[in-house]
Amino acid sequence: MTIDPGNGAVMLAAIFLILNAGLSMALQLGFVRSMLIAALRMTVQLALVGLVLEVVLTSASAWLTFGVMGFMAAVAGYEIMARQERRFAGLWGYGLGATTMLLGSAIVTVFALTIQIGPDPWYAPRYAIPLFGMMLGNAMTGVALGLNALTGEVSARRRGIEAHLLTGATRWQAMTPAMRRAATAGMVPIINAMTATGIVALPGMMTGQILAGADPSQAVRYQLMVMFLIAGATGLGLIVAVMGGVIRLTDSRHRIRLDRLRGS
Amino acid sequence: MKTGLEIRHLTSAIIDVADIAVRPGAPVALVGRSGSGKSSLMRAIVDLDRNEGEVMLHGVSRSGMSAPLWRQAIVYVPAEPGWWGERVGDHLTGPDSAETRSALGLDHIQPDQSIDRLSTGERQRLALALALARQPQALLLDEPTAALDETSRDMVETLLDPMIAAGLVLMMATHDPEQARRLGLQRLEIDGGRVRGEA
Repeated sequence: MTIDPGNGAVMLAAIFLILNAGLSMALQLGFVRSMLIAALRMTVQLALVGLVLEVVLTSASAWLTFGVMGFMAAVAGYEIMARQERRFAGLWGYGLGATTMLLGSAIVTVFALTIQIGPDPWYAPRYAIPLFGMMLGNAMTGVALGLNALTGEVSARRRGIEAHLLTGATRWQAMTPAMRRAATAGMVPIINAMTATGIVALPGMMTGQILAGADPSQAVRYQLMVMFLIAGATGLGLIVAVMGGVIRLTDSRHRIRLDRLRGS
Repeated sequence: MKTGLEIRHLTSAIIDVADIAVRPGAPVALVGRSGSGKSSLMRAIVDLDRNEGEVMLHGVSRSGMSAPLWRQAIVYVPAEPGWWGERVGDHLTGPDSAETRSALGLDHIQPDQSIDRLSTGERQRLALALALARQPQALLLDEPTAALDETSRDMVETLLDPMIAAGLVLMMATHDPEQARRLGLQRLEIDGGRVRGEA
């Protein structure tokens, strides 16, 4: 049996936020404003998404489903760009992160929907949107961290990379250490999440399912599947993003092209 | 026929050079104040910065060669050499450099030693030893003895002398007129990215 918490219970949970705000003011910790704004933002965003999802789930329209997914991807692409300390100039600044994140997320989501879950139709919004959202959120973090590490590495270690190029190394050989560091930076969050899942923390999706009355073993199966898919989407998007980044940060004459970063 | 290094209408963001030729066995000293474009000229020759123009080595054009192959034939050692690995051994993957390292007084340096622990002079000599071990057809040296004491400087010159006599194509940036004289370098002055005297 599922217990619906109701609006009153949700508001009651916000008491702890007010308690934190009081403590912060008393101890002059200075996070009241940012915490309250974040809480308000989350409330508005979730309320809106709830409304949109209700409409999309009821209509089951392909256009609406893909429209929502496209909007999610566009916002996530912007978020990747905003997280870059040194972003690529021009269209690459948005395009590289957004397309590679979308590529990884889309391939894995379509795979899961058509081969593993099999709803009818395959893009049924009840499955497609949450699944795609989870892939997107994690691929976004991985790609953003990876690209940020890559541009940072190449900027900081330019002389070493050029020294390698001067021995006759190709751009791929010379960039291997920077690629390795970038890939590691992008994969660390999902590797850490997989390591800690089930021992340190019960993942949000699984907890939500159990609270909503699902059988724990079914919730675990879903969670396992989702974690594997997330790791796949993140890795795929990240690898293509890092390779695209190397292509953009070098040229066909095997030179470093930091001038293709904004402000360089 | 070994015609040496020929440069025609080479331009980059910093340099604009109409015509330079460095013949085998007739090395050139690039002189000019700091920031005049000596390093930028060398970087453009090895195609490390974006540039336009024709560069030929022994009659073979750079444009017909991949950049990695070009940089194996014509070797550039910057004034402050870069390192892509943390240890000396990470950079010993090319041709055997034991002989050149020994000739430059680096026998005491071990492969597991950290690059950061070497002195500036040791790093400069190590970079030169590794470059010479690759037996380049042409060598571009950017102030190779600027951080060296007299003894180390003599080692470098002693090593270069017979190579020049054997027909090495050498271009060397230096602020030391005495060194240019000792090595028999012909003076080529760079000013504002141009060869002084060129139109």
